[in-house]
Parts: sequence; structure tokens; C-alpha cells
Amino acid sequence: MKVDWKKYVIVFFITSALFLTAIYLSNYFNNRKLENLKSIQDKISIDILSTETKFTLLQELACKEVDKTFLSDELNELAQKIEYSERNLGGQNESVTDLKKYYSLLQIKDYLLMRRLKERCGIKSNFILYFYSNTGDCPECGKQGLILTALREKYPELRVYSFDYHLDSPAVRALISIYKVGRDLPGLVIDGQLQPGPQTIEEIEKLIPPLPKNIKPTEETEKN
Amino acid sequence: MITVVFYIFIFLSIYVQVFFLVTFLERREEIHRREGRVIPSRFPSITIAVPCWNEEQTLERTMCSLLKVDYPKDKLHIFLVDDGSTDSTLERMRTFEKYSNVKVFHKENGGKYTALNLALGYCQTEVFGCLDADSFAHPEALRRLVTYFDNPQVMAVAPSIIVDHPRNIFERCQKIEYEWAVYIKKMLGFLGGIHVAPGPLSLFRRQVFNVIGSYRPAHNTEDMEIAYRMQKHHLKIEQCNDAYVYTITPNSIKKLFKQRLRWIYGFLNNTMDYRRLLFKPQFGHFAIFTVPAGLISVSSVLYVFGRIIGNLIEWVGDKLNQISAVGWNLSLSFPHLDWFYFNTKSVLFLFLFLYGLIIVSILIGRYMTHGKFKFSPAIFYFIIIYSFLAPFWIVKAVWDTTRRKNPSWR
Repeated sequence: MKVDWKKYVIVFFITSALFLTAIYLSNYFNNRKLENLKSIQDKISIDILSTETKFTLLQELACKEVDKTFLSDELNELAQKIEYSERNLGGQNESVTDLKKYYSLLQIKDYLLMRRLKERCGIKSNFILYFYSNTGDCPECGKQGLILTALREKYPELRVYSFDYHLDSPAVRALISIYKVGRDLPGLVIDGQLQPGPQTIEEIEKLIPPLPKNIKPTEETEKN
Repeated sequence: MITVVFYIFIFLSIYVQVFFLVTFLERREEIHRREGRVIPSRFPSITIAVPCWNEEQTLERTMCSLLKVDYPKDKLHIFLVDDGSTDSTLERMRTFEKYSNVKVFHKENGGKYTALNLALGYCQTEVFGCLDADSFAHPEALRRLVTYFDNPQVMAVAPSIIVDHPRNIFERCQKIEYEWAVYIKKMLGFLGGIHVAPGPLSLFRRQVFNVIGSYRPAHNTEDMEIAYRMQKHHLKIEQCNDAYVYTITPNSIKKLFKQRLRWIYGFLNNTMDYRRLLFKPQFGHFAIFTVPAGLISVSSVLYVFGRIIGNLIEWVGDKLNQISAVGWNLSLSFPHLDWFYFNTKSVLFLFLFLYGLIIVSILIGRYMTHGKFKFSPAIFYFIIIYSFLAPFWIVKAVWDTTRRKNPSWR
């Protein structure tokens, strides 16, 4: 039978149209996701303003009136979405990078506020600043991230703030400069002291000031 | 690079399905499903060979179906060929010798193609065909098949094969697969690109064998090789979608695996034997579409399988890393229900299109078989189970091909 080349060409165009439709649909939904991220971005702007306001109010408020879990949930949700977006849209995506910068700012604000709360109101929180890199120069960062996640689950009062070492953000660069974080990543700042290189669970537990014995949630978590 | 290869494979896979669908839309008016008794313009004399090797379980039913076929008895000759069975097949064959149009032959075991060649040697009719001893002809099958010989260009005609009484999930999956094949084969028939003249009741003009010679070992897929050879000689093969033959299919994974291993091995090796035909326009759609489409399927499955294995190894590596970091005390993480976390990569939509086209093809095949669009959950079982199983027999067939190890029949 004679080959009907015209048909091959028609089928090629139909298949290409299906391909383009798939790419269009993918872009459409990815843009919707970016819009979602942007709305979170806007929320962060408000939250930053709110944080600054709370800083001011803190001078006048009684300790019992201060919300001690400030921004914790929002931070976690945002962290997860940024991580997912970075994985799926690529770390070079401008919207994702902008969001990471905002997220870093928010974390720094939260860190400063919580430290002041700890000093003034004596709340039982510990802080770890975690500097990582996902550009291939930190093979231990993945493992370190898992250890910190496990510790955060074990000690709900432990607040871990993660920063991309290579993020082009003046605030993050200032933190790096203040704590003299070198290229020996991962870098952990525990209780204000830099601990370069990867740390095990046991090593970190030794370094963090003892958490109160009231860690009932932790015991329950361990039972679960 | 890996992503580019992946997109090329998925593009080609969708291309093949679109090609079938466009062919269907072009030629749908020519698809007839005849319900009642067909009166052919003439009744060519036919010899049906039934090659048997240890077929005592099913021979009787196969023979009864042949004896009940609505075709003039003086025009239908049945050759039962015992290929050195070690069970009571020969004795059972002898019980049919009382019928005047039945002849029994016995020979040393030599493989199906030798049994067919023996029958072919004695064939004096215009048409020659074969019926596997695990298959049963529909009473109207021959009448419907021979109508295609009204066209003097047609040298062979293949029937539609349907799974006989599927009992378990594997047989139900194969039922869907065979119904899908009714559509695929009909489209290939329209394109003149049929690459298998299956054992169950394909009919050939006797002169075909005078031109191209008798059956060959053909890597235990003589029904495929004969079609390749016919295509090489520009002999037209048609597909009769409403001539039904019921067949018993493998009822376990192991048996299904062996059968498919033989088929894929046969496809790969016959394709290598006839590689000079590939992409040559003078051999029509067979060389430009059918065989390349088969090779695309095999390559795509191998590629996807390789990626799945790679991802699995990576996942296990991550888990081991996790265990070494935080021990066995891993918290359970549940998938996020937020729509944000749904995969919206273009590959997902491409797979949706591909599987959508496959489901549409299956439904058309079921329509061509049953006369109505019948949706069945077995369509999903088929897609899921075959997605898991097919890579294994394809990988094994490729591996055996590299080692030149011919899979056994059973």
C-alpha cells in the first residue's frame, strides 16, 4: 500500500497541538501556584509590619498578653511551599527567589522578637540558625535538615531558622557576617555560637541549653 | 538530555495513538459488524490445520467448534496434526476420523511450524488456514472471513480473537487487551500494515505459500514471520473484525509472562531478521508505521522502567540517609491535601492525554466486538496490571535477545 505522507504530517500537527496544550495547562496551573505564593508574599509583608508593631508594643504589654507561638504556623506552611516550589519550578525561578528573601526576612524578625521575649518574659525557647546550600557544595545539608526536623518534632520549644547561604539578601548576608559563618556548610548557630560542619542529634542536644522538663508533648510524641 | 529523551518517547507514543484514531475517523464507515448469517459470493474450498502438542484438554471443544462452523462440508477439510504428543491427544484425534472431511496425521515432535508444513504439503484447497487447539471458531467465522477474498488483491485474512470465558483478573485484563487489539488490528488492516496473521483461524490463499514458501521456525512466532514475509512480497493481509475466534488465555502471571516473553522475543527477532524493510516506503505503512510503532512501545516501556528503577534506588538511598541521620524513629508524613501540592508538570497532562487516547481506543475496540460502548472497571485493571507486568517481559525478551536464548512455548 502506498504511504500516505499527508496523514503523517496531519498526525504530527495534532500530536504537537496536544503537546502544546499540555504545556499550556502546566503553565496555567504553575502560574496559579505562583499567584498563591504571591498572596502568601503579601501576607508576609503584613506580618512583617505586624512584627514591627509588636516590637513596639512589647515595651508596653504584659508578658502574658504576648502570643508566644507568633508566626510559627505561617512560617512552617510557607517553608513547605517554598521547598516544594523550589523543587518543582526550579531554584532559579525569580518568584521563588523573591519569596525566599521575604521568608528569610520574616524568620530574622521572628528570631529577634522571640529572643527579646525570652529575655523579657523568660519563655523557654531555644534557637538554632541553620545555614545551608542546595547548589551542590554541601553534601551533608540534606542529612542535617532531616536531623533538625527530627529535633523540632522532639522539642516543640526549639525554633529552627533556615537560611540559604547563597541567597542574595542583605539581611541574610548580615547574619552570616555577624556569626562569621564560613563556607564550611552546613553552619549551625546554637545559642549564639557558630558550630561549623554537620552536627549529629546527640551533639546538638548537648549544645542546646537544657529544655524544661515539661516536655510532655515530646514524651507523647515519642510514644506515638 | 534525559528529559529530552523522555519527551521524545511520550511524543511518539501519543503520535501512534493519534495515528490510529485518525485512521478510524477516516475509515469508520467501512467498519461493519454483521450480526446474522452471511451469504458469501462463493465458497472457496478451505483446509484448516489443527496442530496439536499435548492438547487432550481442549482438542474436543476445538473440533466441535470446527464441525459446527456454518460452511459447506464438502468445501471444508480439517487436518488434525499430532506433533508428537506425549498425552492422549492422538487417541482423541482418532475419534474424529469418522467424519469424512477430517484427516489425522502423526509426526515426531518438531514444533508448530513443522506440523503446519506437513498439513500444507497435503493441502489441495484454494484456501489454507490454521486453528490453534486452544481456540474455538464462531459458527459464522469462515463465511465472514471468505468474503474478503472477493477482492483478488487480498492474500490473507485474519479474524478477531476474543478471550473465552475469562475467570480471574488476569484473564479479564487479557479480554480488554484482545478487544483493544480488534480495533488496532482493523486499523492496521486499513493501513495494509498487519504484522501478525495469528494462529487462531487466519486464512491464506494457498498460492501464498507457492510464492513465499512454507512456515519457518521464526523464533517460535511463525504467525508473525509469515506476515512479515508476506509484507516483504507485497501480499495484502486484511482484518475481518466480525469473524470471531474464542481462545483460552494464560490464567496466571507465570503463564502470561511466558507467552508474552515469546511474543516480544519473536517481534524483536523477526524485526531484526527483516530489518532491511524498515523505513522503506515501498513496503508501505508496515515498514514506516507498524514495526516502528512496536519498537517505540518496547523502547518507551524500557526507558520508563529504567527511570522507575532509578527513582526507586534514589528513594531507597534517601530513606537510608534518613535512617542513618535520625534512626528508625521516623515520623509518618501524609501527603498534603492542599491543591498547591498536586503535580502540574506538563508530563502529567501528556500522560493523561496518552491514557485518555488508550481508553478511547479500548472503548472503540469493545464497540467493534460487542456492538455497543461498554465501560468496564477491567479497563483500569488492565492498564494498571499491564503497566506493572509488561516491563518485566519486555526486559527479559531484550535480555534473551542479546543472549540469543529462544524462549520455550510453555
